[in-house]
Formats: sequence, C-alpha cells, structure tokens
Amino acid sequence: MEKKALLISGNESCVEGALYAGVQFYAGYPITPSSEIAEGLAKKLPKYGGVMIQMEDEIASMGAIIGASLTGKKSMTATSGPGFSLKQENLGFASFNEIPCVIVNVMRGGPSTGAPTGPSQGDVMQARWGTHGDHPIVALAPNSIPEIFTETVRAFNISEKYRIPVVLLLDEIISHMREKITFPEKGELEVIDRMKPTVPPDQYKPFDVSNSPLPLVPPMAAYGTGYRFHVTGLNHRTDGFPTNNGELIEKELHRIMGKLDLYKKDMFRTEAYMLEDAEIGIVAFGSSARAAKYAVNELRKQGIKAGMLRYITLWPFEGAAIEMLAQKVKFIVVPELNMGQLILEVERAAQGRTKVYGVNRVNIEIIHPHDIMEKVKELSHGI
Amino acid sequence: MAFEYEKYIRKGTLPHIWCPGCGHGIVMKSLLRAIDGLKLDKNDIAVVSGIGCASRLPGYLDMNTLHTTHGRALAFATGIRLANPKLKVIVVSGDGDAAAIGGNHLIHAARRNIEITLIVFNNSIYGMTGGQVAPTTPLGAIATTMPYGNIDPPFDLVKLVEGAGATFVARTTSYHTAQCEQLFKQAIMHKGFSVVDVIDACPVQYGRRNKPREAPDMMQIQKDNSIPVQLAQKKKPEELVGKIITGIFVKKELPSYTDTYYNTIIPRAQAK
Repeated sequence: MEKKALLISGNESCVEGALYAGVQFYAGYPITPSSEIAEGLAKKLPKYGGVMIQMEDEIASMGAIIGASLTGKKSMTATSGPGFSLKQENLGFASFNEIPCVIVNVMRGGPSTGAPTGPSQGDVMQARWGTHGDHPIVALAPNSIPEIFTETVRAFNISEKYRIPVVLLLDEIISHMREKITFPEKGELEVIDRMKPTVPPDQYKPFDVSNSPLPLVPPMAAYGTGYRFHVTGLNHRTDGFPTNNGELIEKELHRIMGKLDLYKKDMFRTEAYMLEDAEIGIVAFGSSARAAKYAVNELRKQGIKAGMLRYITLWPFEGAAIEMLAQKVKFIVVPELNMGQLILEVERAAQGRTKVYGVNRVNIEIIHPHDIMEKVKELSHGI
Repeated sequence: MAFEYEKYIRKGTLPHIWCPGCGHGIVMKSLLRAIDGLKLDKNDIAVVSGIGCASRLPGYLDMNTLHTTHGRALAFATGIRLANPKLKVIVVSGDGDAAAIGGNHLIHAARRNIEITLIVFNNSIYGMTGGQVAPTTPLGAIATTMPYGNIDPPFDLVKLVEGAGATFVARTTSYHTAQCEQLFKQAIMHKGFSVVDVIDACPVQYGRRNKPREAPDMMQIQKDNSIPVQLAQKKKPEELVGKIITGIFVKKELPSYTDTYYNTIIPRAQAK
C-alpha cells in the first residue's frame, strides 16, 4: 500500500521530525513565527509520555531544556530572533558543558523586534557566534518541508552523538508554507542516542575522553542514575570541577572545538545542483535556495550555464566545496535575505580565486528568482 | 556521636571559598543534617545553583549537582524536576541571584507550585562581586554602588513568594542552626514549591561598610532581633521595625506541577 502523503507546514514538519527523533522534553515561550512548534508539541508530546512546558521566558526555556537533558532526556526549544538573543547565555552554557539539545530558530526580520511575520535570513552569524567566547555549535538550514523533517532528526542525532547544541535555522517562509510530505517509517531514518558511560560511577568523570569509543566525545551520564557528577559554567577539569589552570582550560577548549573539525564530514551536508558544467556559481541556503534553483533553471533555458551549491549545514562551515567551485566558475553569486552574512564565509573560502557578489534584500520580501537572474546577467555582460 | 559530614562532601573539594565569618558554611551544615535526618539517597537529590558565593555550594556535595548561570537556577531545576520526578531538587541561591536577576523565575516557580526547594542565603549584599547593593539591602545601608546610602527599598522575600503562590514559606537565620535543619527538612518533604529565606551575614562586604562590622556582632543581631512569627503576629508594626520574623509563614497543600502533569495531563492526552 502506498504511504499517505500529507500537506503540512514547515513548523508542523519540525514537530513530526522531533517526535521521530525521540524528543522527550520541550520548553518554550510563544514567539512568531515559531509558535506552532510549541503548540504542536503541547498536543503531541504528552501522548508519548513526554513533557512540554511553556516557561516564563526564553531564558528559562533554554535553562529548562538543559536541566532536562542532564536527566538523559532528548530536549528541544524553538524560538525566533528576539528569543534567540535571550537564549544565548544559556546556550553558551550548553555548548561549554556539551549538553545535547536542539534549538530551533525560525528567523524573522530584524534587528530588534523587527518584522515578526516578515521573512529573513539575518541570524546566520548569530547562530554561530551569538553567545560569548569561543564555543562549538552546529547550525542546519533545511529548505523544504520534507527536508525540515529529516534535518530535525539529524539535528537531534548530531547533538546526541557529539554532545553539541544544534541550531535548526529555519525561516519564516519555509516554516509557514505548506508542502507535500510522506513521513518515513520507523527505522527508515537513523536515530541516535547519546553514549552512556561504561565505567562504574566512582570512576566516572563527565568530561573525560580517555576511554571514549568516540574520540573527543565524553560519554554522558544522567542525573538520578547513580552517577553523581558536577556541571559548572566555570572553566572546568575533566572531572567537572572548576579550575584556573590555564593549560587545562586551553586543552578542554581545544577539545570541544576540535569536535567540529574531527566530525565535520559527518555533520556536513550540501546539495549540488547543475554544478558539473557550471560557469556561474550560486551559493545559497534556506528559502533563498529555492529561488536560486528556479533561477538556475531559467538561466539555463537562456543559455547561461549556472549551477547552485546549497549549504544545508551552515556551521561548521566547510569551505572546500567553494574552493573547488571558485576555480572553475567565472563568478559566484550569494543570494541571502540579509545584508551579506554567508557571503563572508564564501569569500573567505574562495580566497580571491573568483569574484563573489551578493544578492540581498532586507525589505521583508522574499528573494525572487528574477533578482538572482538579473544579477547574473548583469555580471555576465561585464565578462 | 559526631555528625559525619564526609558522607556528603566530595573528597578534595574543601576548603570552601567562603570568607571567615560568612554564615554559608553553617547553613550548608544544617542542610546536610536535614538530608541525613530524612534518610534521603544521595543519588536521588539534585542540587542546583546560579551565580554568587552561595552558588558554589553544590560543588562540595556528593550528589547530582549543577552550577548554572546567574539567576537561572530555578529554570534549570524546573527542567530537571519535570524530566525526572524521582529527584528531590534543591536550589541554593543568594538574595541577588534569587530576587534580582532571577526574580522572574522565582515568582513563576512559586506560581507553578513545582516541587523544588529553594534556600536563599540572604546576606543583603552582592558579596562575590564586591559589595554592591542587592534587592534585599536595607534602606540607608552603604554599598559600593550606593555609597551615599541605599535608596532602593528591599524586598521582603517571604511576602514576595507567598504572594506569588509558594505553598511552603519559612524564614530563619544562620544563627538558628537547629531551626534551619528543621525547616529544611519540612521544606524538602513539602509537596510543592518551598522556600526558606535564611538571613545570613557577610562581614567582608556588608559589615565592613555598615554596623555592626564584625561577624560575631552580626550573628548576635540575628539572635537578638529574631522573633517567632507567632509572637510577631501579636505585635504592632512599629514594634517589628528591624526585627527578623522567623518560623513558618505558609504551609498548605495544593496541586503541584509535576504531579499534575504526569497524573492528569499525560493520561488526558493519551485518552484522546
């Protein structure tokens, strides 16, 4: 029997993806355009015995999911720009203490209160560097309703496997639009749970990786299971207790950041579209990539060989693909709904091998394929 | 027989960071005595803190311990308690941590009546950062950020959390160790949000700029100025100026959050 296809929104897809991944705890605070995720989980999570709580604010929501994750539960929250800003301090705590959790940020027009229902991709850099200090973080940016489902599952998997908070960077367009989706069957997608310690409680050190089967990643015990351990936002030793020893501090920071490099390949995902013979490269992500794909098709009809490289994993940013692209295309265009954020990474990776141009909008309208096509045509004339 | 603190203290974590004359260590002892008296399993206790002098306490205890961000301990604790209702969750907090930066979480934890015990180490000052004014500093007192006398009226924490819905509210001082222990026991066993406001002394950051200066004198005041709530109720307001009213202010049974979620919401959702 053929599986039933459904027509659902991006936020609904995120809810279903989270349930598929085994989310057990959700804490959140209402904010447009992400609220449907909280509403969906309020309805569905208790059916599975899970907990959904609406906290008093965004800061508390972030704190609550960290607390829940420390008891061994898969935890998540969802928000949008202003709320994402408020979560940053506790997000840093989660990152520093390697606490698995998923933070959905449905980007809306900013800065400040900005445009609650207006589309934007203005939080690319905030997703990476929003909290203070050097810290590891992962950000995924799907661009369709089925992909929101699979990337939500992957967000949990990466977070649980590597003990790194994962930001699922959606935007108002893909969160609120509806598309056809067929949910995968149980077992069809991999679902990963965090590694538990194998040593007895009296030998357990929460940040010790010396016996870990996964290099750089410490197994994680849960509160209430006999493993009595300490967690602090202060610089800490591998046993979790505070230290002012500079050497140890540096070693730990290098270890947690090192996970991004070591496991980049596993975290990294892109889509290459018509790149093989491309003479013009378009680098895009999220909703803007939808316009970019359309633009590639239209340009090709007009005899211009364009191709698109779409970043699904934004952070850690992998520049190798850009490096290669930069060697063979005449120029690269980066359409994004901000004043130029991803383009900074693209330029860095291109290393001057080719020119990189932005197509940007901050007028709370989507980027139209026509915007990209015009830019490409204009630039092509000059070559 | 001497009480065996070693049973609850993590090896190698002492000496603690608290200054000579600080009451925090005394209050910690009372907490351990309470836990011991209740015969609780260390594996089933989570102790959570925010930032400040008192917030270093969890690190010393051989339990499930979490030293979070400034003011947010109750938020983290809410996640712990809701995700694992088997755990007794105790939050230790300074007065600034609990009532200034953490004020929003304080009133909402009280409103929710979630099964968490909050112990406030209330020394009327920001100690760790060097003696700045707190939301509990008395009017007229000198603080580094109120060098000409405090003009910010202080919170009465008991009234605050009672108004917000806490179902067990008590106050004592670091001098009254036996009462501390008794109140902690009752607070920990209470089903709902319980708060014990412990009046404590910070000779280093409060005493040095105010009167009395020395730790023993500050503790003497805790003794001399305390009045049990039953007696205080018979006094006129003017007779209670400068007094520390101690004892249990609120003790009532009302539906608690985690209990209601697991026993009402989940079955209701699963029935649909």
